[in-house]
Amino acid sequence: MSDAWEPRPVPDVTPETAEYWAAAADGDLLVGTCEACEAVFHYPRAHCPDCFSEAVSTTTAAGTARLYTFASPERIEGWPDEHRPLIVAQVELDEGPRLITNVVDADPSALSIGDRVAVRFVPTDRDDVAIPVFEPVD
Amino acid sequence: MGADAYIAGAYEHPTREAPETSTMQLHAAVARGALDDAGLSLVDVDGYLTAGVPEYTFALQPLTMADYLGLDVSFVDSTDVGGSSYLSHVGHAVSAIRDGTCDVALITLAGRPRSRAQATGSGVRELRTMQDSFERIYGSTPISQYAMTARRHAHEYGTTREQLAAIRVAASRHAQYNDDAMYPDPVTVEDVIDSPPVAEPLHLLDCCVISDGGGALVVVSEEVASQLDREAVPVLGHGEAIGHRDGGRADVTRTAARESGSRAFEEAGLEPADVDYVSIYDSFTITVLLALEDLGFCEKGAGGEFVEGGTLEAPDGDLPFNTDGGSLCSNHPGNRGGMTKVIEAVRQLRGEAATPVQVDADVALAHGTGGVLGTRHSASTLVLGGTEP
Repeated sequence: MSDAWEPRPVPDVTPETAEYWAAAADGDLLVGTCEACEAVFHYPRAHCPDCFSEAVSTTTAAGTARLYTFASPERIEGWPDEHRPLIVAQVELDEGPRLITNVVDADPSALSIGDRVAVRFVPTDRDDVAIPVFEPVD
Repeated sequence: MGADAYIAGAYEHPTREAPETSTMQLHAAVARGALDDAGLSLVDVDGYLTAGVPEYTFALQPLTMADYLGLDVSFVDSTDVGGSSYLSHVGHAVSAIRDGTCDVALITLAGRPRSRAQATGSGVRELRTMQDSFERIYGSTPISQYAMTARRHAHEYGTTREQLAAIRVAASRHAQYNDDAMYPDPVTVEDVIDSPPVAEPLHLLDCCVISDGGGALVVVSEEVASQLDREAVPVLGHGEAIGHRDGGRADVTRTAARESGSRAFEEAGLEPADVDYVSIYDSFTITVLLALEDLGFCEKGAGGEFVEGGTLEAPDGDLPFNTDGGSLCSNHPGNRGGMTKVIEAVRQLRGEAATPVQVDADVALAHGTGGVLGTRHSASTLVLGGTEP
């Protein structure tokens, strides 16, 4: 079974992404939404990647998703051995966009593309920053 | 003659491990090799292209290298889009020559990741770009991403591990004739499948080598080519493109080769059926399979069936590829395999490939993939013609 590796390294928090990481610390997963063309996107940024409008805002995603694809690398440096196996995944949020994340509390050999997963958050060394990861749900 | 520009010199450094040499020395060695091959010298060079010295990040690399080599040029380009950079450099050199900005363009690559024990797939804590905080922090390294791409392709199209392995098998059959290849021994489908898993469905023999080394090319105008005592390869077409995550909606089984390939074919006035030999960037077996589909050699999703049955094996397969053994078996200098793809295509068109794998080729395609599929990647395609004296 993979575990979550807590606390995680602190990501590079920028003025554009601070809201995203802080929301995660509060238990919310944010996606970007464009008020001009209605695109929903991830990762967060201050413009729409479709129409380049700056009329963008964030909304809280339901936090439920399907497993789009995943890998469990046998050879990786920089990931603590005690937190293996590592499952790297792309999950497709019910709102549409896919994000790169980890699937935790799962056996990689028991996972299949299309499985339902739900978000949870792991802390970092900063109180106002947490990392969204996903775990299998029935 | 009749093309805008020609590849008149090509040279691949024979080393695969260079612990006692600097990367800049390797640049100079391959520059000398390619210029000697063309019958030119450094004073003839008036254009210079390089993606630089990997260990000198932020060092204004073309200036560092021009100073070191002693170059005086009217055109310089340092496009760095990963391993396909050197195919793009050929295209950019052709454009500069077409515009009259230069007549003799030198392109050099060198790198020493093997001697430097560089861990290509690592670095969770090394967050170098904003995107790394959404990717690398999860252990999303090149190995993970290519494995995820392969798994999704298998899910959508039924591609099997045996089919991926056939790509390595073909490369290894060719490598046995290359004295410089890192892994010259032929392998079987079973060998690939039984090799240690790296990230399912990719195993060790689905992955390219990590090697030191380098290569260089000399691209010249038609006028210069006509004066050389050397066969020159006309550049018939070039195309480049990038792919990215598209706000989280990118299909990881599709690559920018669709655009780079169609642009290159359009410029050349040719189509995939006209191609006799292909050099395809082979960072992983899945990289080759996706490129073959997206370049139009088979339908999307049919790459697995396409590579079965020896299709890629020279000299008798329908579409011989990577006859030097490629980056899977021979050389991947500086983690940048695009350069060697152009060099082996030039060898094929000049009739200088190893005898058992020499193909009767009038048209060759060289294709590079840079960056990381599933996140951000580049594609660059060249269509090259038969030699003209």
